[in-house]
Amino acid sequence: MTDLPILSLSIWVPIVAGLLVLCTGSDKNASLARWLALAGSIAGFAVTLPLYLDFDFANGGFQFQERLQWVPAFNIYYHLGVDGIAVPLILLTSFTTFIVVLAGWEVIQKRVAQYMASFLIMSGIMIGVFSALDAILYYIFWEAMLIPMFLVIGIWGGPNRVYATIKFFLYTLLGSLLMLVAFIYLYHQSNSFDITEYYRMPLDLHVQVLIFIAFFMAFAVKIPMWPVHTWLPDAHVEAPTGGSVVLAAIALKLGGYSFLRFAMPIAPDASHYLSGVMITLSLIAVVYIALVALVQQDMKKLIAYSSISHMGFVTLGFFLFNPLGLEGAIVQMISHGFISSAMFLSVGVLYDRMHSRQIADYGGVVNTMPTFTAFAVLFAMANAGLPGTSGFVGEFLVILGAVQVNFWYAFLASTTLIFGAAYTLWMIKRVYYGEVTNTHVAALTDINRREFLILGLLAILVLGFGIYPQPITEMTHATVSQLLEHMASSKLPTL
Amino acid sequence: MNAIQYDLMTALPEILVLCMAMFILLLDLFLKPSNRFLIYVFAQLTLLGAAVLTLATHVPAVGYAFNGLFVDDPLADVLKLGVYLSTSITLIYTRQYVALRGMFRGEFYALILFSTLGMMIMVSGQHFLTLYMGLELLSLCLYALVALDRDNPNSTEAAMKYFVLGALASGMLLYGMSMLYGVTGSLNISGVADALLSGAPDHGVLVLGLVFIVAGLAFKLGAAPFQMWVPDVYHGAPTAITLFIGSATKIAAFAMVIRLLVQALFVLAVDWQGMLVIMAVMSMIIGNIAAIAQTNIKRMLAYSTISHVGFLLLGFLSASLNGYASATFYILSYVLMTLAGFGMILLLSRKGFEADRLEDLKGLNQRSPWYAFLMLIIMFSMAGIPPTLGFYAKFTVLQSALQAGFVTLVIFAVLMALIGAFYYLRVVKYMYFDEPEDHSPIVAPVDMKLVLSINAIGLLILGMLPQRLMDVCAYAIIHSIQ
Repeated sequence: MTDLPILSLSIWVPIVAGLLVLCTGSDKNASLARWLALAGSIAGFAVTLPLYLDFDFANGGFQFQERLQWVPAFNIYYHLGVDGIAVPLILLTSFTTFIVVLAGWEVIQKRVAQYMASFLIMSGIMIGVFSALDAILYYIFWEAMLIPMFLVIGIWGGPNRVYATIKFFLYTLLGSLLMLVAFIYLYHQSNSFDITEYYRMPLDLHVQVLIFIAFFMAFAVKIPMWPVHTWLPDAHVEAPTGGSVVLAAIALKLGGYSFLRFAMPIAPDASHYLSGVMITLSLIAVVYIALVALVQQDMKKLIAYSSISHMGFVTLGFFLFNPLGLEGAIVQMISHGFISSAMFLSVGVLYDRMHSRQIADYGGVVNTMPTFTAFAVLFAMANAGLPGTSGFVGEFLVILGAVQVNFWYAFLASTTLIFGAAYTLWMIKRVYYGEVTNTHVAALTDINRREFLILGLLAILVLGFGIYPQPITEMTHATVSQLLEHMASSKLPTL
Repeated sequence: MNAIQYDLMTALPEILVLCMAMFILLLDLFLKPSNRFLIYVFAQLTLLGAAVLTLATHVPAVGYAFNGLFVDDPLADVLKLGVYLSTSITLIYTRQYVALRGMFRGEFYALILFSTLGMMIMVSGQHFLTLYMGLELLSLCLYALVALDRDNPNSTEAAMKYFVLGALASGMLLYGMSMLYGVTGSLNISGVADALLSGAPDHGVLVLGLVFIVAGLAFKLGAAPFQMWVPDVYHGAPTAITLFIGSATKIAAFAMVIRLLVQALFVLAVDWQGMLVIMAVMSMIIGNIAAIAQTNIKRMLAYSTISHVGFLLLGFLSASLNGYASATFYILSYVLMTLAGFGMILLLSRKGFEADRLEDLKGLNQRSPWYAFLMLIIMFSMAGIPPTLGFYAKFTVLQSALQAGFVTLVIFAVLMALIGAFYYLRVVKYMYFDEPEDHSPIVAPVDMKLVLSINAIGLLILGMLPQRLMDVCAYAIIHSIQ
């Protein structure tokens, strides 16, 4: 183990790099901004690697802890630490940032420095969310993340970007503010903002339920769960490719992660009490949203709905309270991070050439872009949960976990294997196969080396984790058992 | 040191400001227009001197002077320093603006200094008459300042409205004070508090008096349902004056709330808590919802002020030292944000162009990324989004209200903050998402650019390291209120 504050570095290296990129100023220095951003994102990824290499796999508690007094008036600490659930997500974040910087390389031509800087800063902030162990520190990162995302969608987004980005911001803020009230309540009970303190604190059931609802408002919006998902299709459709990738790959995971970090361990009895509701909402997301995805005309919208449906699996896995479900949910989060990034990047590749996201405008792309189509089909298969891809592992584990609880949960959940295949493959058929329908498609050029590199990296990861998911499960195993053990014991005050 | 010496020593900053204000008034008569710059320098030196004197005479204890008419406690010192700082920043931001509009005259600076004096007296008032005198000194100067651009019909109208409503409010306050005097037999704040503690004489009359006092204070603070003058005056007054009314004077009004409600009428806390709840709720509703419909930034910021006052009142609800400290923190944060916000409008304005419509901010990010970034910080700070000072301001008042058990009210407040976020986001939208219509360069003196940058970046830095400011507020409250 080194003595370096690895988590602080993981947070601040990208943020400082982002500020440096901002300093390059106007678009006259665009190429400098690009290279600086690339260097920053590589450095940002490099500093997170020790989190994996030095991780103690047997330890289910928090590692790499850092604790400094910050605002003594309210007992707020700059307290960082990660467990087996946070580390894979942090690595996913820093990796995705690298991908996003690369993906925006030539595509973004206006205000390049601000674009790159937004993503770098956002990356640091999101790593902060994953590693904060103080409620206020966490809250600050959680909210601060909205600012760069708001700008990214608003500045580089599509025609309806203003509506989408304001909706995104206000929707997410609504939930977060109630979470803040819950934090303040917990603070007055314990005189501390330390999350681990909250884990130990006994709470009445009705208090737990209220706290759980406050957290639910924050996290369910972010994940997003049905019925508070409506901001996501808008935001995804209007966001530039990089914005969609970060939203789908990481921002949604912030919600999932936070359920595991806050709602469930702080209010375990309420989680059990409300698990029926949560499972119902998750299953509605899995089945109903998959049907909604089936009828989409817009590729990005289709992937957005598919994301919601897949995140339904994640919340389903959480509230089964068994190791299979929980580990499956975590694997699903990571895998969805790769697959949804790849899907959005694929749409981005087409959009950059055709400036259309409508499925009807395409057809027969395989004839002009064979290499690209190979990738696109692979990612589509992964999205549909084909065995051998990472998409399969998570879904399979969650379904196995669901069988242990209730056959019908598992039955409904597994319909996604049919619907998921249906909407994804139908899109593939309409976009990539068939006759070349129009001259625009006929004029398409296949992907260049930069795009090949991005999609290739993601393809390796999707296949790699599909065949060998152990790195994730090994890492999460100890934490998951500890969490389930904690969840099994009641926190109700003994009379 | 005998009593007279002590009295004079205690009021030394006030005496300095008074002398200098009169000096500037005279000096102006003998100065050639080309040397008017001296007046500005003198005004700034006066504020600096007052700050030095305040710091030099500071002791962490309460001291009464002039037979209990005047008090010098740590709270007064902290708030006075706030007044000097915001007035000084106001002068920096407004120098170019007033010069371009023919208002760069002795009267402007003398009136500003006289209002500063009024605020200092309000902050240190320990007697109903002292408070009232300070308030009237401030108000009369403000009426004149609003009307200073006398060829502008909007300003004249605003001044008239301000005067009529302000006089009404003063009348109410005075009426309430007279009732309290009738019941308690004292005009002194400690005297009233003692009389109330030793057994409430006539609760009915007391509460009636309290209603008038609260109404008068609400007028001065701009809390609903007494907020009517705020948008019109903010909009009609020259931006330089709006900046002044929106920042420093709020500190003085805040001090008056502390002196009257907390120090004199603490025994009636249960009664005024109820009134403040209603005012807080109404201010947050009116402030946040009406702001959405505005197209003029000054008007929008006026409604934003009303909603901020609603939040500020939350700090008083807990009737605890923690609550007052958080309210002090809120008011100082609010003043810093307002200074920066109006400072930005002043920066963008130029001769014959006020830059006070929301559209005038269009594409600011392309015109000047730095100032757009600063305005971004200011707007997010006003909306209470971390990591800015506005977040901790809202956080402290919310936690104090929650501690006192106002759960529903706190949830209501955060929902209102959500609505409020919308119109701040709209400003960001104009700056970042729209193309500029106006490509003229931003011209401003270097000192203004520098101070404005420090002011706005300060919101970010204080948002990350708020402890110092919190300590100061807690210190001021703990050593001043028994």
